Amino acid sequence: MSTVSPTERRLETNLSDDELLRLHRLMLLIRRFEERAEEQYTRDRIGGYLHLNIGEEATVVGTSTAIQPDDYVFCSYRDHGVALAMGASTQQVMAELFGKETGVAHGRGGSMHLLDVKRHFLGGWGIVGGQIPIAVGAALALDNLEKPGAVLCLFGDGAVATGAFHEALNLAGLWHLPCVFVITNNGYGMGTSVERSSAEPELYKRAAAYKMPGERVDGQDVLAVREATQRLLRLARDERQPSVLECLTYRYRGHSPIDPGKGYRTPEEIEEWRGRDPITLFAQRLQERGVLPDNGGQGIVEEVDREVQEAIDFALQSPDPDPSALYHHIYGEAAVEQFARMAPGAPFGERSISPGVVTQDTAAPDTPDEATLN
Amino acid sequence: MAQITYRQALQQALREEMTRDARVFLMGEEIGEVTLTPSKVTEGLFQQFGPKRVRDTPISEEGFIGVGVGAATLGLRPVIEIMTINFILVAMDQVINHAAKIRCMFGGELSVPMVIRLPVAQGSQLTAQHSQSFEGWFANTPGLKVLAPTTPHDAKGLLKSAIRDDDPVIFLEGLQSYSERGEVPETDFTVPIGLAAVPREGSDLTIVAHGFAVRRALRVAERLEGEGISAEVVDLRSLRPLDMETVATSVRKTHRALCVEQGWPTYGVTAELASRIQRACFTDLDAPVERCGGAEVPMPYARTLESAALANDDKIYRAARQVLTESGMLGRGVGRDGGAPSGNGVVRSGTPARAVAG
Ligand SMILES: Cc1ncc(C[n+]2csc(CCOP(=O)(O)OP(=O)(O)O)c2C)c(N)n1
Ligand SMILES: [Mg+2]
Repeated sequence: MSTVSPTERRLETNLSDDELLRLHRLMLLIRRFEERAEEQYTRDRIGGYLHLNIGEEATVVGTSTAIQPDDYVFCSYRDHGVALAMGASTQQVMAELFGKETGVAHGRGGSMHLLDVKRHFLGGWGIVGGQIPIAVGAALALDNLEKPGAVLCLFGDGAVATGAFHEALNLAGLWHLPCVFVITNNGYGMGTSVERSSAEPELYKRAAAYKMPGERVDGQDVLAVREATQRLLRLARDERQPSVLECLTYRYRGHSPIDPGKGYRTPEEIEEWRGRDPITLFAQRLQERGVLPDNGGQGIVEEVDREVQEAIDFALQSPDPDPSALYHHIYGEAAVEQFARMAPGAPFGERSISPGVVTQDTAAPDTPDEATLN
Repeated sequence: MAQITYRQALQQALREEMTRDARVFLMGEEIGEVTLTPSKVTEGLFQQFGPKRVRDTPISEEGFIGVGVGAATLGLRPVIEIMTINFILVAMDQVINHAAKIRCMFGGELSVPMVIRLPVAQGSQLTAQHSQSFEGWFANTPGLKVLAPTTPHDAKGLLKSAIRDDDPVIFLEGLQSYSERGEVPETDFTVPIGLAAVPREGSDLTIVAHGFAVRRALRVAERLEGEGISAEVVDLRSLRPLDMETVATSVRKTHRALCVEQGWPTYGVTAELASRIQRACFTDLDAPVERCGGAEVPMPYARTLESAALANDDKIYRAARQVLTESGMLGRGVGRDGGAPSGNGVVRSGTPARAVAG
């Protein structure tokens, strides 16, 4: 129940070259995807919020690729990287950001609510801490159904202060549920540092209160993150022992595009973290081992660039959801009949102004002037 | 009088009340040392009043709203800012089951003089969990007062009244209004709780709204004027208590009522209004009271869908035309695609149908 010191860390040496390159490629893909998404946002092709993983790639890839096929993953609204690392289609993820019918949530959820049910990625969630009890519920379901998998639940350092965190971890500890709680500690929740939000800033220590092992790893080291996550997932699967893993990382960008990310952090601090860039660090290690092909893996960079460009093209060409589908996905099938007697002409009992016709706003800008927040 | 923004007006109210009364203090996420709130209303107050009067909190809404309730019972006057209305949901127990109950449950021995400021907005593709208007839930609760200023003047005057009030007040701010400018007196003034305003007078139709919907209603009234229809707009300003006197006086004059809200209308603010209007003005009405609100769906992300879900100007305009049509003031089918119910020329409750316009 203490920090794993670097000497104790058993590095994963049994990974094949292909596997190592896969991790490298995934981190590059996330970096490139996020940079291009940011650019598309400034071109007004993406709206709402946009929370980027730039700087956190090792934590995202190290955790998400540690799962077995029977496991499930939940995370916060900072979810693009997790979706990609889980194997969701780059094109469909980009299409979701563009609000297209071809997106992973058919344009209903946008950037914060990605998912890929087939690959067991159960979502991006927008309310801080909200996904933690839900992940515990998934672990309970696995347990009750005597399924072999475990649940990996990711959330930020800010979420540790929520009531949902405490209640959920206590339940998981009490009921011996197969769940690994990953704190992606990027130092800040919006503009509030961990020191200013947590009475105990060594967040992994909270685990002790729920009789769980708690560990802290270098979140810039993809292999260290992966090794720890794999080990804790095994513990969850095999011994029904939940645990906490804190990954120390950093987001280079602001909280979201409206936050320049500077007022509450010094330029020196940002530079220091950039000096430990997870992709550069890993590329160096691969280079040392002679794993990177042709001039430092330039071919992979180009391949990833192409993949992201194709995703943008796909998103651009995809159709917008049809306004007539506004009432799709609100309830299951049974609702149509159940609501039928509430009011004529209105899909779900709503007093419809003009039945069947949904109009576009012609006169009013619906944009909050602050283009808003988090 | 100075022209200032809605944001500046709110900040003036906070600064003046904090200066006037040492018991007033602020709590919330990102409100102090760093001001990353969408409202930015508290900018500079931490520097002026220090960390005990402007308390930054972790993401612990249930915790710090409860802390506010406790501090209020001992006589402090907490003014809490929740980043946006959406995040108060995790703290509803402290609001509904504690703050609202304490005075009565303890036989008047304790009270909770607390203000909770909630920026509200829909739109901007903020999606289901961040784009909603459920103020009706608060207005449904005995023990709470619920205010919703639309103009900078009312923002300042009502916030000062709220802070001086001895009961818990839910204070709804328009996230789309912070940069709106308006005239605000520099003197120490308050706007009384429980009084609606009539920002536009008219004779053919009353549009009742609160918050951002008032601005929409005013735009629609303008559009209707171009068609020869004179619409009056009532800005509720206060949802609980509700100024039915002003609403009923207006409807008795215009004989037609359209109630508008940004949120879901079913069991909502407009449901309450419609019920009270039909009871207060039954014999004066020339048409059934109409309501207009957001589509009853979790707010979708895609622009096409979001635009269809919002209670936008166009929908309000159509609803207004519908009331006028139903009262016989407009010809059948005008403004709609032939879907107008009958009512052309119908005489209700002995009131003659008014002259046809538009
Ligand atoms: C309950 C709740 N309160 C406030 C917010 C607004 N908000 C969104 S993200 C955020 C900061 C979260 O920080 P952290 O958990 O560290 O995650 P990070 O953004 O750093 O990935 C806040 C305060 C929210 N979404 N939910
Ligand atoms: Mg964080």
